[in-house]
Amino acid sequence: MWSLLQIELFKISRRPRTYIAFIAIAAIVLIFQFAFKADGKSYMNLMLQSVQDSFDMDRSKAINGYFMCYIILNTLLIQVPILVALIAGDAISGEANMGTLRLMLTKPVSRTQVMLVKFMASFIFTIMLLLWMAIMALLVSLLIFGADDMLIFRVKGDESQILQITKDDILWRYFAAFGYAAVALTVIAALALLLSIFAENSIGPIIATVCIVIVCTIISNINVPIIDRNVKPWLFTSYLVGWKGFFYIGTTPEGQPIPGSLENWPAIRNSLYILVAHIGLLLTLSVIIFKRKDILS
Amino acid sequence: MKKIFLICCLLTSVIALQAQDITEVVNKARAKIETVNDYEASGRMKTNVIFLKVPVANVKIYFKKPNRLKVKSEKGISFIPKGAVSINMNSILSGNDFTIIDAGEEKMGNIMVRVAKLLPNDDNSDVVLSTVYIDPVNSLIRKAKTTTKENGTFELEMTYGKYAGYGLPDKIIFSFNTKDYKLPKGMTFDFDDGTEQKKPATLPKNKKGRAEINFSSYSINKGIDEALFK
Repeated sequence: MWSLLQIELFKISRRPRTYIAFIAIAAIVLIFQFAFKADGKSYMNLMLQSVQDSFDMDRSKAINGYFMCYIILNTLLIQVPILVALIAGDAISGEANMGTLRLMLTKPVSRTQVMLVKFMASFIFTIMLLLWMAIMALLVSLLIFGADDMLIFRVKGDESQILQITKDDILWRYFAAFGYAAVALTVIAALALLLSIFAENSIGPIIATVCIVIVCTIISNINVPIIDRNVKPWLFTSYLVGWKGFFYIGTTPEGQPIPGSLENWPAIRNSLYILVAHIGLLLTLSVIIFKRKDILS
Repeated sequence: MKKIFLICCLLTSVIALQAQDITEVVNKARAKIETVNDYEASGRMKTNVIFLKVPVANVKIYFKKPNRLKVKSEKGISFIPKGAVSINMNSILSGNDFTIIDAGEEKMGNIMVRVAKLLPNDDNSDVVLSTVYIDPVNSLIRKAKTTTKENGTFELEMTYGKYAGYGLPDKIIFSFNTKDYKLPKGMTFDFDDGTEQKKPATLPKNKKGRAEINFSSYSINKGIDEALFK
């Protein structure tokens, strides 16, 4: 199993498309960092608007490494599923396309093992992608902008809120958020892997995965009560942004943030359960379908 | 006719005496405050505004006569209410360019206070009206309400302790107007955790905010560097 995984990882590392994702992330992050270094105050002015009429605050302190990472993740974690689909969607269909799938299955390994190894390789790729994001978005941002308290701008119900998290209470939230994002993106990897079984070229499963993510995201963001109640809870896309829950700090009745607290841990935990259930379901389906599949290529 | 004339004279002199009396009360309170040329104070500021969830901040407050005041956070980001300059009574009582009107007496807790309304004589002044509640026994301002043209109404409540001799409070509760805060749509992509937000009956455009400052120490008349006010 381990040597199979090593082979899979070697194959991923040899494909040029693997590096597209890393280059794309680096490019987006660097553009963001340059833009905020040059004119971050304009963004802060937009977000603070009426607050500036009532309060004085040092906006330059607010644009710091932690804040930058949050802004970058906010944008990137919507696009990253596409990058994950690039690799996971190619796992089986790529082999079929090159004609190596039949050859591979002639080896003394079960189809279940092949499927699990493909999934694990996609999972490791996802983790590497997130690590790269953490280095670029968090570490590099901290080097460029420094560290300070972090402001979270949020809409809760009908109200807009500004949450302030103190500098020493942020890092663990990022570790947790990246952990959550790994689970969320693994759902995308599992979905792309499942779709990859049905195709003989990589484009189909990649596009199909992206389309499913887009359609489900749109449904997740439609504010129609009947959809809110009956559809949204079952869509994995409703939980992709759950990582933000780690930055919604709990507050006292007077509105002071409580260090080390989360506003709604049960909601985050339930989201994680649902995402893990999606992974389990998609992976099981993948194994069952792959085992029954007549391999002709 | 003579009797009516005498009563009128008596009433006029009583009103005059009372007016003089409130002026004296205000002047005594001002004299106490004016013994302070500058100070540096350390304190903890707790901000309570509906849309702002910020921690208690350690702040330094610098004051220099006549009415220069700067509130600085010791570390981290801090939201300082814009009208915070009025937490210093000098900004209300400085100069003599206002008319004092006696508004009677009121009880604040166990203390009987004199209420004085200060009307600025300058038509261009940002302050429209200040109402001060003065403890006449200790010559301390216990409460002040200031209505401005541009920034709404500020309200101050002060508790005194060991710095009462200088007219400097140990605790200030500062109430001010804040505008409704709305984020631009589509900027945040929030995680809906399913918690219901209690809806207020009406959503007012202007809301009240509150800042509570507890002073731990003052350094009085030791000189303050000008650069701190820049």
